Amino acid sequence: MTDVFQLLVAGLSIGSIYAMAAIGFVLLWQTSNTINFAQGEFVVLPAFVMVLFLTVFRFPFAAAFVATVIVSTLLLGLLVKKALVDRLIKMGVLPLVIATIGLSMLIRYSLQQFWTPLALPFPPIFSRQPIRVGGVIFSFEEVMNVLFAAVVIGGLQLLIRRTKLGWAMQAVAQNRDLASILGINVSRLVGLTFMLNAALTAVAAILIAPVYLVKYDIGIGIGLKAFYAAIIGGFNQVRGALLGGLLVGLVETYSAAYISNQFRDAFALIIIIGVLLLKPEGLLGVKEEWA
Amino acid sequence: MGRWRTRALLAGAVAVLVFPVLLEQYKLYLASLTLVYLIMAIGLNLTLGYAGQISLAHAGFMSFGAYAVAILGPLGVPFEGGLLIGALFAFFWGIVLGFPALKVKHHYLAMVTLGFNIIVFLVIRNWESLTGGSFGISGIARPQWGPLRFQSDREYFYYILGWTVLVVASAHWILHSRWGRAFRAIRENEMRAEVVGVSLRNYKLMAFAIGSAYAGVGGALFAPLLTYIDPGAFTLDRSIQFLMMVVMGGLGRFEGPFIGAVVVTLLPELLRASEGFYLIIFSLAVILMMLFMPKGLVGVWDWLVCWITRRVVGPADPPAPAEPAAVLEPK
Amino acid sequence: MALMEIDRLTKHFYHLSALSLVSFDVKPGELLGLIGPNGSGKTTLFNCVTGVLRPSRGQVRFKGADITKLSADAVYHRGISRTFQLIQLFPEMTVLENMLMAAQERKGTLLSRLLRRDEAEERDRALKLLEYLGLSSVKENLAANLSYGQQKLLDFGMALMPEPEVILLDEPMAGVNPTMIKTLVGHIQDLNAQGYTFVVIEHNMEVVMSLCRRIVVLSQGEKIAEGSPAEIHENPLVMDAYFGS
Repeated sequence: MTDVFQLLVAGLSIGSIYAMAAIGFVLLWQTSNTINFAQGEFVVLPAFVMVLFLTVFRFPFAAAFVATVIVSTLLLGLLVKKALVDRLIKMGVLPLVIATIGLSMLIRYSLQQFWTPLALPFPPIFSRQPIRVGGVIFSFEEVMNVLFAAVVIGGLQLLIRRTKLGWAMQAVAQNRDLASILGINVSRLVGLTFMLNAALTAVAAILIAPVYLVKYDIGIGIGLKAFYAAIIGGFNQVRGALLGGLLVGLVETYSAAYISNQFRDAFALIIIIGVLLLKPEGLLGVKEEWA
Repeated sequence: MGRWRTRALLAGAVAVLVFPVLLEQYKLYLASLTLVYLIMAIGLNLTLGYAGQISLAHAGFMSFGAYAVAILGPLGVPFEGGLLIGALFAFFWGIVLGFPALKVKHHYLAMVTLGFNIIVFLVIRNWESLTGGSFGISGIARPQWGPLRFQSDREYFYYILGWTVLVVASAHWILHSRWGRAFRAIRENEMRAEVVGVSLRNYKLMAFAIGSAYAGVGGALFAPLLTYIDPGAFTLDRSIQFLMMVVMGGLGRFEGPFIGAVVVTLLPELLRASEGFYLIIFSLAVILMMLFMPKGLVGVWDWLVCWITRRVVGPADPPAPAEPAAVLEPK
Repeated sequence: MALMEIDRLTKHFYHLSALSLVSFDVKPGELLGLIGPNGSGKTTLFNCVTGVLRPSRGQVRFKGADITKLSADAVYHRGISRTFQLIQLFPEMTVLENMLMAAQERKGTLLSRLLRRDEAEERDRALKLLEYLGLSSVKENLAANLSYGQQKLLDFGMALMPEPEVILLDEPMAGVNPTMIKTLVGHIQDLNAQGYTFVVIEHNMEVVMSLCRRIVVLSQGEKIAEGSPAEIHENPLVMDAYFGS
């Protein structure tokens, strides 16, 4: 029975990291119709950058973190937006999808070739000490992950609901043309969203790196899970991505413990497809009206 | 203009027939692989390019054909029988997969088809008694008609070529029939299509079924190429590779799959000289191609045909090939 | 006997009531006008009739048969055709292809459409219609490249192609210049004389009053008046709905 609680925390811990990647994913889709196939690599690259700042430049942790977020925001946010999205978004969704596929390959194989194909160790941020609460053992790291992610996501929710920027994002997500007529600089807003996504993935990277290890090919799995999470939760709701991410984390953790290796992936998939067939707009998504 | 396009295609066809005589082992393998991928791309182009239904399950359907041939061959079923059974099996499951397509669209559909692909992969990998699991199946026999055996690489190439011609001809027939127009109508304006009597259900199911059947045919021809198959050949990565072929070639254009299959299959080979870097260069090439030719490389083909026509015939009618619409329209 | 009966048609969108117990008949061969201020539910009514939307309550009957729950393509096969307020065409097809597309599903089975390539009859009809509408010169142009007025005419032509019994026109005169309005009105009257039944949503009062012999007025989802142009003109409720009190 204590197992269940332990797994719950572990699942929420990894789930909140997936949630961050998924939320950024959904924000990109909502504001600019971008399906970012490179989202996984957007998490891997900052992880590598962090290692760079920590081990090569020997920055103190906080400085390295800030530097990583800045680099990620400029490179994966602003640069990608200006170089790829601006040109391709008017051509429909697919050319941009293929371009992001190319981008994910580029990042992945560049890291493999120019840095290392091996896994790099990453220092744990939070102590791995176990905490005891009435017979149940939690990992401090996992609890901190959840809290840290909660703060970030909570902050993001505040941003979206209470600030002008957030309102502008919602406006653009709902009706791009109208938003632009009302004076919102849509292009600049999309740029800001990309930067926000890059910042989110950088944070996710730092939380996930101690758990997963930093290797050039972990992006594939992460990206896929962000996609699953966004689909389950509902592509048109940030809250949905949050729920989806947590669910994916929980399903992954519980099935790893209780279901044999072979069927683990299938189990998660069947749930996803079930959701899709029964409630295609996602658990929290909003239905479209046509008969 | 149309006449010259036909002549260009015929010239290309002759080249394809004669060329292999000059090629040896590895290059012959590449040529055969390109033909197989062409069949795959034609199928996906029908489902996605013409009918606008995104499918990331294409590699899954490919596996049906491949395993049908691999499993039934040793049981005495002739190659063509295995191929047809695999294609029918793919056709059937294509219809099954088409049903979600009626309820969901775009990224949701991508998700369902992606899920299908992964499930097929997992079934193949885990059902060891049937498929050999991760070990795969080896010793797959190439077709023979009594005394006539397509055993050598060159002979098998011509066999594949024969099926490719059948696939191309049938696809041409379908896409230039009223079905083709109905598919395009669904892609361009689904609601209007329904209002003018297009049964979305029937046509979408057919788009999936036929595209998947072609994938089954491709898979069957793929199996004896290396005489060995394993689940690793039918992963999500492979489906994404087919997606790339179709988009980079030119969605919804008949020439698209030809260009896409050639580029995606041969470009990495040409780059192999650069060793570890070839994937990096390839991915850069993909990004650049999308940036400068988002409607696909078929634009280059159009320009080339035009240029040659003007050189040979003199300036003629202004070129206005029907351009494919952006498949998934932004909200 | 009415050709089409709208019977207590009701449509809710979550809390919004777009149509509320709207009932009226469409008689064969008539030219019925459907008017009302913006947001009164006119297009919603068309959408419910043609199977694009499913009504929350009520019935639509065509030649006595209940067609309420039919999908849009089934409604087409019954002989009901329509145009759209925001023009809906097939942008990457040529004008001629658009016209052929509007007729190809009318006859035959799914399989016959794959095997039969002969379209002489439909092509003939399309060319004749295009000439009638003055679009012959642009028949090989892509629909997306036409001017607004030409697109409107094409939309109209597509509605005529399958030789329907009832044609629902949704704001055919919107955004059209006065000369074109005259042409369109002429076409509609012409075709009505040949036996086509029309239901026309319009905001252009002049056109409606002169074109239609009977008018139904909607306001905020409800039918508030029905009658001849003169009766509608005098009706204080109608004035109220349009200009407020």
